[in-house]
Amino acid sequence: MSCQETRVLLHAFLDDELDPVRSLGVQGHLDGCRDCAREHAAHRSLRAALRDQALYFRSPQGLESRVRAALGSQGAIERRAGWLGAAGAFLRMRWAWLPAGAVAGLLAVTVIIIGRFGAPPPGPLADDLLGREVVASHVRSLMASHLTDVPSTDQHTVKPWFNGRLDFSPPVKDLAGEGFALVGGRLDYLAGRPVAALVYRRRLHVINLMIWPAPGEPDRSPTVALHQGYHVLHWTQGGMGYWAVSDLNENEMKEFVGLVQR
Amino acid sequence: MGPRAEQERGVARFEESVLPHMDSAYNLARWLTRNGHDAEDLVQESLLRAFQAFQGFRGTDGRAWLLAIVRNACYTWLRRNRQQEVTTEFDEEVHTLEGDALNPEKLVLREVDSARVRQALEELPAEFREVLVLREMEGLSYKEIGTVVDIPVGTVMSRLARARGRLQRGLTSRPGEER
Repeated sequence: MSCQETRVLLHAFLDDELDPVRSLGVQGHLDGCRDCAREHAAHRSLRAALRDQALYFRSPQGLESRVRAALGSQGAIERRAGWLGAAGAFLRMRWAWLPAGAVAGLLAVTVIIIGRFGAPPPGPLADDLLGREVVASHVRSLMASHLTDVPSTDQHTVKPWFNGRLDFSPPVKDLAGEGFALVGGRLDYLAGRPVAALVYRRRLHVINLMIWPAPGEPDRSPTVALHQGYHVLHWTQGGMGYWAVSDLNENEMKEFVGLVQR
Repeated sequence: MGPRAEQERGVARFEESVLPHMDSAYNLARWLTRNGHDAEDLVQESLLRAFQAFQGFRGTDGRAWLLAIVRNACYTWLRRNRQQEVTTEFDEEVHTLEGDALNPEKLVLREVDSARVRQALEELPAEFREVLVLREMEGLSYKEIGTVVDIPVGTVMSRLARARGRLQRGLTSRPGEER
């Protein structure tokens, strides 16, 4: 094995990620090459330095008990909502093993793994919890002066902005002609995944429209819920789940949703 | 089984397979945010989110699953609070491993105190910091790191190689010296 090959494989060797044959090859080279052996030794001493316990941050006292207390109160909400009737959150891990070429040039790409988390499925409980999450996200977006990542009234600017930031392409409509002006878009994190948040304005009211994929779910017409004084409308359409939230009145919210659905 | 028993089983399963990884979650969040209070809030928030999503979790690796949620929460936080630090734009292919090869004269670290390692690690971009934390402190495999960071295994390897090279250089350059 050459020095060049060894340098490429050295980290996989160090991390015990090499197959036995190439592992032996690297070891053989290190036994006979002083430079490569020194580099290997340097990385080993760096590893030892990083494994120093002084660098590890243990979770502070009290965090666990706070989490357990919060889980307990969530449990209570779920009991009220009826646990059994809820499908619960749906999470999907998909793995793809794609073997590629071995040592090619300087970079050896051996295995590609893609892990993805899916969205929760429908159900009264999941919807109730998610509705609260959506409201919390809406409130945060108003408080943190972080309403938009991409402030634009142009749907053709907002939609492409999500490319590469999400694993789906959210439908973006400008409804300014109908009295709901598009203000921009934002990346948010809901239900354990990144989602698209579109921001609209009606007079002084802000509407957040959260969108993420709901694979395999049938279309469902909007349901209205009220959380902390905010109207939350949820529906499914064309394999996407939609959540619209605002302090706007129910009638105008329904009008907005009708326009989005059209 | 009644709904109550079903629910208690769910909580118990969560307590068994996810809660034990709270230290790992906090360590990652603490290194990514470099701030104890925010790390604590983010871990708490992430655990509650994880709990909500947990009913459908069918995987076996509760730790990687939780760490992926924590990492996402941290990046959302970083984008909001430390915009300039999130530099996902670097090109793995352009920066070859050769460019990160070490200067043999400065190779072996002697008696590096942990305060210096901490500082050098904190100075790395978040994308490098996280793979080192996951690999060296948590002992995750390439496959697990790929799941947490959502990158292919080959990228895990090249990113680790570059992260180590940069950390090594950060440590071997003397204070005040140009890096």
